[in-house]
Amino acid sequence: MKNSPHALAQLLLFRMRGFLREPAALFWVFIFPMLTALALGLAFRDRPLPELKVAVVDGPEAARLVPALEAVEGLSATRMSEAEGRDALRRGKAALVLLPGPQPKLIVDPMQEEGRTARLMVVDALERLEGRQDRLSVQTRKVTAPGSRYIDFLIPGLLGFGLMSSSLWGLGWALVQMRTGKLLKRLVATPMKRSQFLLSFMLGRSVLALAEILFFVVFARLLFDVRLAGSLLSFVALGLWGSLSFGGLAAFVTSRAANSETASGLMNLVSMPMMVLSGVFFSASNFPDWLQPFIKALPLTALNDGLRGIMLDGMPLLALWPQGLILGVWGLIPFLIAVRYFKWM
Amino acid sequence: MEPSPAPAPSPPALAIEVRGLVKRFEDVVAIAGTDFEVPMGQCVGLLGPNGAGKTTTVEILEGLQQPTSGEVRLLGMRWDKDAAELRERIGIALQETRFPDRISVEETVRLFRSFYRRGLSVEEAIALVRLEEKRDAYVMKLSGGQRQRLALAVALAADPELLFLDEPTTGLDPQSRRALWDVIEGLKGKGRTVVLTTHYMEEAQVLCDQVIIMDHGRIVAQGTPAELIASIGGEQVIEFATTPALPAEAFAEVPTLVASRPRGNGHTLSVKELHRALPGLLAITAARGVSLNHLSTHQATLDDVFLAFTGRSLREDAS
Ligand SMILES: Nc1ncnc2c1ncn2[C@@H]1O[C@H](COP(=O)(O)OP(=O)(O)OP(=O)(O)O)[C@@H](O)[C@H]1O
Ligand SMILES: [Mg+2]
Repeated sequence: MKNSPHALAQLLLFRMRGFLREPAALFWVFIFPMLTALALGLAFRDRPLPELKVAVVDGPEAARLVPALEAVEGLSATRMSEAEGRDALRRGKAALVLLPGPQPKLIVDPMQEEGRTARLMVVDALERLEGRQDRLSVQTRKVTAPGSRYIDFLIPGLLGFGLMSSSLWGLGWALVQMRTGKLLKRLVATPMKRSQFLLSFMLGRSVLALAEILFFVVFARLLFDVRLAGSLLSFVALGLWGSLSFGGLAAFVTSRAANSETASGLMNLVSMPMMVLSGVFFSASNFPDWLQPFIKALPLTALNDGLRGIMLDGMPLLALWPQGLILGVWGLIPFLIAVRYFKWM
Repeated sequence: MEPSPAPAPSPPALAIEVRGLVKRFEDVVAIAGTDFEVPMGQCVGLLGPNGAGKTTTVEILEGLQQPTSGEVRLLGMRWDKDAAELRERIGIALQETRFPDRISVEETVRLFRSFYRRGLSVEEAIALVRLEEKRDAYVMKLSGGQRQRLALAVALAADPELLFLDEPTTGLDPQSRRALWDVIEGLKGKGRTVVLTTHYMEEAQVLCDQVIIMDHGRIVAQGTPAELIASIGGEQVIEFATTPALPAEAFAEVPTLVASRPRGNGHTLSVKELHRALPGLLAITAARGVSLNHLSTHQATLDDVFLAFTGRSLREDAS
């Protein structure tokens, strides 16, 4: 039909204008995730390990021991009475109490990480002081593993969550508004092809998702030096696939909702559990084992795992076929149901 | 196909044919069996109080609702067979449509225009409803009347042969209403068929070749405005009130009386000849010793027809 491409272009323009002219939408899609990343990135910044505090009990040897312990990197030593030392230990102000003497005694809780480390370091320092010779000369090379910081974990999760939210709210909300305003009814009273209407939503959503993904990649790189280990193309492809999948879910959730209250309730019902379970802010492996199969089957888990796989571990797209499959199923089946039962008026 | 006899002057083609139309919702009968025909090029007005079934009728004609039973033909076609073709050839303004807030007038019309094979240019459609000044304004910045006109521009974009307008002038200022009448007159001039629902009698009287009055899902009267006015018998209407109030029987002897209805603490009388009825009425009030505290007369209008057939004034029901 002669006018068809034209109609599709108009529908697509209509979708894009609706979004671009809505300042609130721009805020939630672009600014809000960036602010979240900034806030959480700062709160969970990797700090240098604090020095371990050692209490040295007053006595003739103390004067010699304190400077020696101070000289060890990562330890700080203070002189105090034994009672004070025990008190400091109990309150976490000291990791270890040292009672000097020919047979030095250590008071320490070896079940605590700090106590265990302090014990090893203090024993080592005392041995050297007594003239122990090291038989190996061990060399240490310092590295920070890329992709191991919290922000590295967070960025792909935030992107997955962002794609889910903008699909659900962007599509679902628009559909419900058009239904309550009788605009859907008015549209189906024209010769408009419903397939084109649908296609315009999918295309509009994908254009936006593309912008979202690229924006994330750039700001993660510039603001947090988060690097994309895998290929950008795979990353974008998976992101778009996820966004379409959630689009199908959005169409399903709102296929019959007659007002915005019902729709927002339903959309929260879908997105809230996934926000918690699917490893957006912390790893999903923290949940008990019996819950894991269920969590693994959620679309947002699949998307987040996939995005992390590409971004942090440089996985190729093909290796992520299980995630792709999960997303496909979660998108397609609800979509087909939605098409079948969609309420136009 | 029935075999047609030798070439005879064919009757005017019908734009709309409705037979035995019934629409039931769970517990409501919205249309209780209606029949009517609209010849090509006519303007027909659907009148009736709120809930009479006007919108339901129009939406069934538009193919937006399924009738419970009955048959509908538009331009000789049926919705179950020729939906695609019909959609191209009809134009629609729903009783209420919320176009998206942040899309401009021009963009809205352009979007709808793009669905049709042929039609007016976007500029022509906007000019027809006199929204040129607002062409770049977002819908959210339009007044209620301007939104109505936008809906009309959208309905006209395809230059349809058959136009359905559900309360197109509700909420318009008198000037815009008249402008819209001009548009509809223009369409009639081009041979287009128009179906409109309205709560304004003068609108039906000015525009419509045929008026259908509905109440409780039934057609209670149908005909040209002149026929309908003639059908209630009286050409003239007297409205008055007295203190103390008198019962209707008191006025049964008014000469040429056709009908009377109570109205406040007075009555509305339909009479054939004002010059004989009025002295009779005055004589009765004088004889009874009551005082007239209001008296007026006018030519019978569709309002009176409406009142006669539905027992309600249209204006009382109009929102
Ligand atoms: N979807 C529906 N479900 C149930 N009842 C309905 C529905 N639509 C209309 N009705 C009922 O059908 C009757 C006719 O409604 P309709 O909208 O056709 O009235 P109308 O003549 O257009 O009134 P108005 O002048 O107020 O627009 C009303 O009693 C209404 O309550
Ligand atoms: Mg109505």
